[in-house]
Amino acid sequence: MSEEKKPRILKIAVLRFDPNDKNDFPHMEHFEVEEADGMTLFIVLNEIREHHDNSLMFDFVCRAGICGSCSMLVNGRPTLACRTLTSKLDANITLAPLPLFKLIKDLSIYSGEWMRYLNEHLETWIHDKEKEQSFDKLEERMEPSLADEIYELDRCVECGCCVAGCGTIQMKPSFVGAVGLNKVARYHLDPRDKRSDEEYYELIGNEDGVFGCMTLLGCEDVCPKDLPLQSKIAYLRRMMIKTAIKN
Amino acid sequence: MKIVYTDVLIIGGGLAGLRVATGVKERGHDAVILSLVPPKRSHSAAAQGGMQASLANSKMGEGDNEDVHFGDTIRGSDWGADQEVARMFVHCAPKAIRELAAWGVPWSRVQKGDRTAIINAQKVTISEKEDAHGLITARDFGGTKKWRTCYTSDGTGHSMLYAMDNKAHQDKVEIHERMEAISLITDEGRCYGAVARNLMTGELVAYVGKATTVATGGYGRIYSVSTNAIICQGIGQAIALETGIATLGNMEAIQFHPTAIVPVGILTTEGCRGDGGLLLDKDGYRFMPDYEPDKKELASRDVVSRRMTEHIRKGKGVKSRYGDHLWLDITILGREHIEKNLREVKEICENFLGIDPAVSWIPVRPTQHYSMGGIRTKYTGESQTLKGLYSCGEAACWDMHGFNRLGGNSVSETVVAGMLVAEYISDFCDSPESSMHIHSSKIEMALKKEREKLEALLTKQNGEDAYVLRRRMEEIMMDKVGIFRNGKDLQEAVSELEELYKRSKNIEVFRSKSRAANPALVNAYRTQKMLKVALTVAYGAQLREESRGAHSREDFPARDDENWLKRTITSWPDENQTMPSVSYEQIPVSNMELPPGFRGYGADLTKHHHETKMRLATVEAVQEKLQKEGATRFEIQNALMPYLDKLPKKYRNINERLGENI
Repeated sequence: MSEEKKPRILKIAVLRFDPNDKNDFPHMEHFEVEEADGMTLFIVLNEIREHHDNSLMFDFVCRAGICGSCSMLVNGRPTLACRTLTSKLDANITLAPLPLFKLIKDLSIYSGEWMRYLNEHLETWIHDKEKEQSFDKLEERMEPSLADEIYELDRCVECGCCVAGCGTIQMKPSFVGAVGLNKVARYHLDPRDKRSDEEYYELIGNEDGVFGCMTLLGCEDVCPKDLPLQSKIAYLRRMMIKTAIKN
Repeated sequence: MKIVYTDVLIIGGGLAGLRVATGVKERGHDAVILSLVPPKRSHSAAAQGGMQASLANSKMGEGDNEDVHFGDTIRGSDWGADQEVARMFVHCAPKAIRELAAWGVPWSRVQKGDRTAIINAQKVTISEKEDAHGLITARDFGGTKKWRTCYTSDGTGHSMLYAMDNKAHQDKVEIHERMEAISLITDEGRCYGAVARNLMTGELVAYVGKATTVATGGYGRIYSVSTNAIICQGIGQAIALETGIATLGNMEAIQFHPTAIVPVGILTTEGCRGDGGLLLDKDGYRFMPDYEPDKKELASRDVVSRRMTEHIRKGKGVKSRYGDHLWLDITILGREHIEKNLREVKEICENFLGIDPAVSWIPVRPTQHYSMGGIRTKYTGESQTLKGLYSCGEAACWDMHGFNRLGGNSVSETVVAGMLVAEYISDFCDSPESSMHIHSSKIEMALKKEREKLEALLTKQNGEDAYVLRRRMEEIMMDKVGIFRNGKDLQEAVSELEELYKRSKNIEVFRSKSRAANPALVNAYRTQKMLKVALTVAYGAQLREESRGAHSREDFPARDDENWLKRTITSWPDENQTMPSVSYEQIPVSNMELPPGFRGYGADLTKHHHETKMRLATVEAVQEKLQKEGATRFEIQNALMPYLDKLPKKYRNINERLGENI
């Protein structure tokens, strides 16, 4: 039996700024929280809000690593805060909002707007102009392994970690990022989407798309869902080059 | 003053709200969705295990159809459900899932040939049919006679929500994110939209429309430990209640899910047990067969949760600093199965418990999970009492779940109800009665009233701390309005909640005084609303002196159809009252297709309704006669309880299945 250890005192530094307040400016604030068993940053931040500073703004929704709301920089690295256990971190923890997205306040960012624009721009839906389908009839068949493969790419939660971890977007904000390229790979794989290779080329066969990537692959390093971003970007590149040569 | 006009205002951007939006758009009506968060972050995404639809593609689903799904749903509801609504639902679920397949959900598919599965702790070989290859497959879930729960690994809700939101993008549905509806605008018994607060800037906006739909999900967060996302706070139900006109139904019907992890309360899907996982006690002993020899771990959710609690009370729980728990063992399913079909569960175990579920048992206990109650509606989704107000999904009491929802029936309800309610709303918007007669001064007044309330919270002196009130409410709900309930605890809960509600009128937002993005202000006004919702739950539970489905009274263990085959209806007609008003809506036995019976769990204590015997005889006579005459199952069903005429015409067709109706 190990002895009951005295809990650590976590020293949390938070980068704070309220763009709605004309007198405010970006600054660090420090809070101390006693660590508890199984503590996550979700628990830490709520404790700070409830007992230290009720104006501290951050976003959590599912708090289970599923919804992608709570991405932030934890000690400089983009990740989902809700599933970050404090036991895996040093007692000094620095939190900052994810860069590149519009800041709402403190750790809260407006990633939804960015993602919606991306989805609309890449038209991330099934394109099938052909027929009026009847849903009374048996569904179209799909190879089980293909369905699994599509699901693998469908697991993206649009958390924005790959965007924050992307060297290209830092210099070129119009780049669609790994999140965008992964979505294109997902729909390209899906036989229900009838877009041609040429149409996909129009979409991402350029500097803002697959040819903009500098292959630094920070995206893959920080993806909380372990999506195969590197291989999908490589695959899209080969496909786009093929399409370009063909035409 | 900012006013946005639209045809259909939809509050809530989860599966139900999005499906209503795309439906009314298709019918040519404008739609605006207000959502607290980007729709893809809604709580629908957290549904893991699957969606029930009687496709009958997989071997273990053979013989399944609408009738079997209907019977399971009604028994699951402990006869509390509206049987016509349940019929409409089971008929449309196959259509809804096929529609989602066309919209891009990568449903897991049937692989022809032999595969190994775990059933009742034994390895079993299942041979899938050649002609089912590539169709949507299904897994086993609690309380169902067939394997009917269709899935994409254990990220079903995520995939459904993404497909649905993308469809909404395609249909150019206007989505206003981080906009919170804080009151409904009503005039002369009609709902005309909502006052909303921009959570980023604090701006108040009036959204005015012909029809308003509340699709804000459940109210699980009135409990201290819940599997629900932290935005599931019952604000949709509260603003309906605050109209003084709309009513809520069966608010006391709260489901506890058997397997949330300890201590944080994150869900591990019923698919764990559906796929063969076991519940074990502190001695590693599989106890469920002792209590429920027939269905074992796959009894209905309410039953498993009670049995687990009973077993813990016998001292068989595993002690921990967070209280006693039991074990969920999925190691027997093997790593390959877990990494393919239960990968979210695996991630959750790794990230929140630091364990590998292919090797270690998962600490679990029953945790608040689902709200069967909600805004009481007609089968069209319209409030029974407030014209122009609609509701669907978990936010509503439509009422297909009665007192206990089957696993896999909730995401299924969101898309089916969304699909149907969109048609009824469109019919309303197409009719002359939908034209608006509200004076702009009324809209101004609604805005002014909300602005004053917010100012009062920010400027009050020596007031109450919203966090203190809220935490106490959560504790009371957990301790006294939980899995097992009794009159004494409920009485205490109701009196203390009423006290807290009175104090909440005096809430002060300390220190954080911003009118813009301000989490303390949000917590203040939501706490006031949540307390009202909590009171409807606790008071409804106190008055209901019987046990039905998830509502289990230790002092009234029997289901009492003679006195309690009715829905609890709560309202708040006067804003000065400190308790909800309660009335009841009878559930008539005389037109039930499936008359009340025994669910098949534990001892049969049911006190039957005096009409049950007669109805049962009538039903049996009709069935026997028509069967002799060679009638189809559809004809027999129609003779017992016709419902097709209630459905929109486009959804009345018979569903194809392998070997049936093709």
